[in-house]
Amino acid sequence: MSKKPKYVPKRTPKIGSFSFVCLVAIGAIILSSIGDVAPSPQRIFEGIPRLTNLLGRMLPPNMEEEFIFRMFWVLIETMEIAIAGTFIGIFLSLPIAWFSAKGISPLGPFRWLIRGVVSLCRTIPDLVWALIFVSTVGLGAVAGTMTIVVDTLGFCGRFFAEAFEDTDPKAKQAIRTIGGNQWNIISSAIIPEAMPSLINTSLYALERAIRSSVVLGLVGAGGIGQELKVAFDLFQYKNASAIILAIFVIVMAMETLTDWLRKKVS
Amino acid sequence: MADFVPNEIDARFFRERASKHLAINVSGISKRYGAKQILTDINIQISEGERVALIGPNGAGKSTLLKCLVGQEIFDHGEIATLGTSLRAKQPVALLKNLRRSVGFVFQTHSLVGRLSALSNVVHGFMGERGSWRASTHHLAPYSWRLKALRSLGDVQLQDFCEQRVDELSGGQAQRVAIARAMVRDPRLLIADEPSASLDPAAGEDIMKLFSDLSQKNQTTLLFTTHDIQHARSYSDRIIALQQGKVFWTGPSNLFDPDLSAALFR
Repeated sequence: MSKKPKYVPKRTPKIGSFSFVCLVAIGAIILSSIGDVAPSPQRIFEGIPRLTNLLGRMLPPNMEEEFIFRMFWVLIETMEIAIAGTFIGIFLSLPIAWFSAKGISPLGPFRWLIRGVVSLCRTIPDLVWALIFVSTVGLGAVAGTMTIVVDTLGFCGRFFAEAFEDTDPKAKQAIRTIGGNQWNIISSAIIPEAMPSLINTSLYALERAIRSSVVLGLVGAGGIGQELKVAFDLFQYKNASAIILAIFVIVMAMETLTDWLRKKVS
Repeated sequence: MADFVPNEIDARFFRERASKHLAINVSGISKRYGAKQILTDINIQISEGERVALIGPNGAGKSTLLKCLVGQEIFDHGEIATLGTSLRAKQPVALLKNLRRSVGFVFQTHSLVGRLSALSNVVHGFMGERGSWRASTHHLAPYSWRLKALRSLGDVQLQDFCEQRVDELSGGQAQRVAIARAMVRDPRLLIADEPSASLDPAAGEDIMKLFSDLSQKNQTTLLFTTHDIQHARSYSDRIIALQQGKVFWTGPSNLFDPDLSAALFR
């Protein structure tokens, strides 16, 4: 049996005074936020009878043939907003990522300008973009598609750039040594190496777009969200429950499809 | 510096060498990174068709010298003529397309694009040619490029693996693909930076033998760096030894004895 060691590290690390103040401040912010806006058990308890009443008025969902047929075409429009918006967004994200990626961008230090634009697209919520586009191009699906394009640009622009930056520098160097130009390096080394990441990010962007497109209608940007808002505004709760069911089915189907595609790619 | 006094046979060797055209003529080049002197007054002549090993301890300046030869590094003093293309001191690193078209370069690690097929990687060897966007993948490449790439893979006994992804090949096989890429344009000069360093001894031996055989078969000038003295002696006609950025010794490979090796690596 060996001797007892001279020094045994402490289980908990020593906390400095600055770290201690920070931890206390974070704790205070969390507790104050919960105290101000989190639901109290009493409020939840009081809400249960109203929820039961609402559910009673929502069920069974409206399954009339004429309504289902009309919703089917609205759902198709919602899918089109998501697919067109995502596709255009991905297409625009590729050059944006090239211009903003470190070590690849032809803009040098000015790549931060492009990064700033991408951050702006990402940080402003999609419903705010939808309001802007509804004011710009009017009510309907076009405003929704433009919203999805900008949202996808903010998301894919950043992750595509990171995927480009993470590619093997040796392969890029080799293409340059052979005599390849910047375009050759991107098409031959960077895009093939980054492809799994690009596909995964694109599939995730499509999932996000499907979820976004169903709520954009709430502010008049087309799709099934508009029908949902009308149903609630006119107290047609059975119609609303049918629409929510349809949204659930479509989102689940899309997630299952993208999961399957992601596994195929990896 | 150890003095090499040529005997009668060696004098004939040098006379024969001098009568041939020079593939590489390095006149008094020096190179410094910040305060560190990497190369000091290097003078080297390599004849066409010659096989030369560049040896020396780590930090001796071998890789920097190779990069200077193909215009990848700017040097501070002196002049280099590689295959008749003149490179002057402090000349900005240009694309030097004509030069790179005539030089094949093999790196320590294979530096291939792992997710692409062996054939596509060999087709990358045509980068810098007219219409080089078609060299991104073999699917886009002209028939003549595909044919030459397949022949080049045949030369390294990998024609049957042409559609295999490079990241599914062994280290030795991947390095052979890199050699096929370097040889696909029938270069007049083949430069290899420690091509066997990342391989096990048996695979390293195979690679060096392949280099030697291909350069002899195609009358290609071969310049390679290595830490393996046995490889340098077996697969080159001449050894150039660098120590602390200066030429320590140069002469026929068979004259590089263990005493010189000990003095070089002490």
